[in-house]
Amino acid sequence: MERIEEKLSILADAAKYDVSCSSSGSNRKNKNKGLGDTGAGICHTYTEDGRCVSLLKILLTNFCIYDCAYCVTRKSNDIKRVSFTVQEVVDLTINFYRRNYIEGLFLSSGIFKNADYTMERLVRIAKKLRQEHHFNGYIHLKTIPGASDELIHEAGLYADRLSVNIEIPTESGLKLLAPEKNRQDMVKPMEYLRNKITELGEEKRIFKKTPIFAPAGQSTQMIIGASGETDEQIVFMAQRLYRDFSLKRVYYSGYVPVSCDNRLPNIGSAVPLVRENRLYQTDWLMRFYGFQADELVNRQYPLLELDIDPKLSWALRNLSCFPIDVNRAALHLILRIPGVGVRSAQQIIMARQYGALDMEQLKKIGVSINRAKYFIICRGYKQIYSDQAAHKIKQYILATSQSKYLRRHCQQLNLF
Amino acid sequence: MLTLIFESFEYKWHIAAIYKKPESIQNGLFDAMHEVITNETKALRVWNALRLKLPPNALGDLYKVFLSEITQIEMTLCTAISFYFSGVDKPHLAYGRSDVLRIKQIAKMVDRERHRMKAFIRFSRQQDDLYGAMIEPDFNVLPLIRKHFSDRYADQRWLIYDVKRDYGIYYNLQEVEEVRVAFSKDFQEHKMLLEHPEEKRYRNLWQQYFKQVNIVERKNLKLHIQHVPRRYWKHLTEKQIL
Repeated sequence: MERIEEKLSILADAAKYDVSCSSSGSNRKNKNKGLGDTGAGICHTYTEDGRCVSLLKILLTNFCIYDCAYCVTRKSNDIKRVSFTVQEVVDLTINFYRRNYIEGLFLSSGIFKNADYTMERLVRIAKKLRQEHHFNGYIHLKTIPGASDELIHEAGLYADRLSVNIEIPTESGLKLLAPEKNRQDMVKPMEYLRNKITELGEEKRIFKKTPIFAPAGQSTQMIIGASGETDEQIVFMAQRLYRDFSLKRVYYSGYVPVSCDNRLPNIGSAVPLVRENRLYQTDWLMRFYGFQADELVNRQYPLLELDIDPKLSWALRNLSCFPIDVNRAALHLILRIPGVGVRSAQQIIMARQYGALDMEQLKKIGVSINRAKYFIICRGYKQIYSDQAAHKIKQYILATSQSKYLRRHCQQLNLF
Repeated sequence: MLTLIFESFEYKWHIAAIYKKPESIQNGLFDAMHEVITNETKALRVWNALRLKLPPNALGDLYKVFLSEITQIEMTLCTAISFYFSGVDKPHLAYGRSDVLRIKQIAKMVDRERHRMKAFIRFSRQQDDLYGAMIEPDFNVLPLIRKHFSDRYADQRWLIYDVKRDYGIYYNLQEVEEVRVAFSKDFQEHKMLLEHPEEKRYRNLWQQYFKQVNIVERKNLKLHIQHVPRRYWKHLTEKQIL
């Protein structure tokens, strides 16, 4: 019993740098009074660092044949190595799930022996859960780069989501930090899965009997701040992944120093949390607000501004697009106003049918007036800042607000 | 509640305030009192009429606002519903009106509580294989989560008990029913006795796991508390070892 506790703590600890914890996007319904049901995701709890815990996220083993500089389980790292048996993972998942601790399983693994050998184990666990335990919860499996198409196909039949981590956004960075890996091995399974998912999805529309295949699609993760990449490189990579591989999500993980390696930031240096946050904001702008990557970062502005959010940053560079009249403009324009979210934009469109909206009503709807007031016209409000220079407006906004993240950083600096 | 709206239309009253039964009543000098007794036919007529005016999600919002049990929320419901009958097209979207917006916002609050309960309920396995959980939600959300749990845990008997409102829902492998349990004084002792032998082990494993997935370098307690407010900690297994 203590043994399994030890294994759990080692293998959960090693898996925690994988940030993906989503459990949504699938629609696996409970059949014949089995166990579990998957729908909209649920975060069952949050760790003290504020990240969601919705899945039992573990490695099958932390034995690994690779030596990637940024990874805790790299071969050259002197740590204790353990592995779970198939049955242990199954028991943990089922028992945690029955107590409503988790939405399902996120299973990753170090590579032992070779890619196929590892992948085969992962698939066996998923299969056992689905077939022997009639488990309908969420399963997220890692696709091991270099595994055979047959195994990846089988994984898709049992898992809701599959993912391959890109890890390092640039090819040169990958060569430097993980010389044994190559980009092509990561791209190949992603391509294979994209094709299978579309193919079987179309088939499913015609033949109801077609088995469901990775219904929550695939995702990936990039480490931020380990290889000196620019935001431009990251954001363009993300856009390419969304467009060419139809990924559901790209995750960004601020690098947590785990190694004394002169190729990497030193142990103890701060995790780039603000930058990570700005990248997620950019990601959202691309996915939900209709922005293109080159509007937010480009040759001229390769880095995202840290003190203001990327939408405000874009607006200040493009003052000629403003002011926007919230009572007349189309949805895609309203979405471009700093301080207006997707939900607020939709509510504005609905509400204005019953009469023009004024500042007070916009505030109640949830618009952040503090930022929006420099860019809009509404009932009873004329735009008086139109002739102001961008840096002036930025000053005004920064003077009246403080980013949560920056405040935290000031506090941290004060300590020393 | 619906009967009240029916009667307010029936008698063309102007409503000044609404009181629930045990509440103390503040009567205005020139106000008349009228006691409303729930009448199913009248209520159903209002509900059916609303169904013609509103899409299902807006009806759901009204139900959630009712379950919020916020003091004096009945008044907002009353004015909003009268507005819904005023003949405006899609009246529930008129967010310029404060009562309509408030309905939307409170429904959102109740919905968040419903969602939190789906997340924060922690079952513990008893000797007779009953999975039991205690909750104290801000709003009366049990009716909103029963389907979620009966869909999910279709092969185990479970009981979710709202300690604050003193009733629970129990699933007996066939259907969900509302129950009221008379807990004995030495219930706490019994609970320990009746626990399944494996329960403690999995509880420990879960606590261990919770501790281990935290990345110390990224600690952000403010965010943690924002997501898992303190009032829920009492019933959360992973927050018991502080």
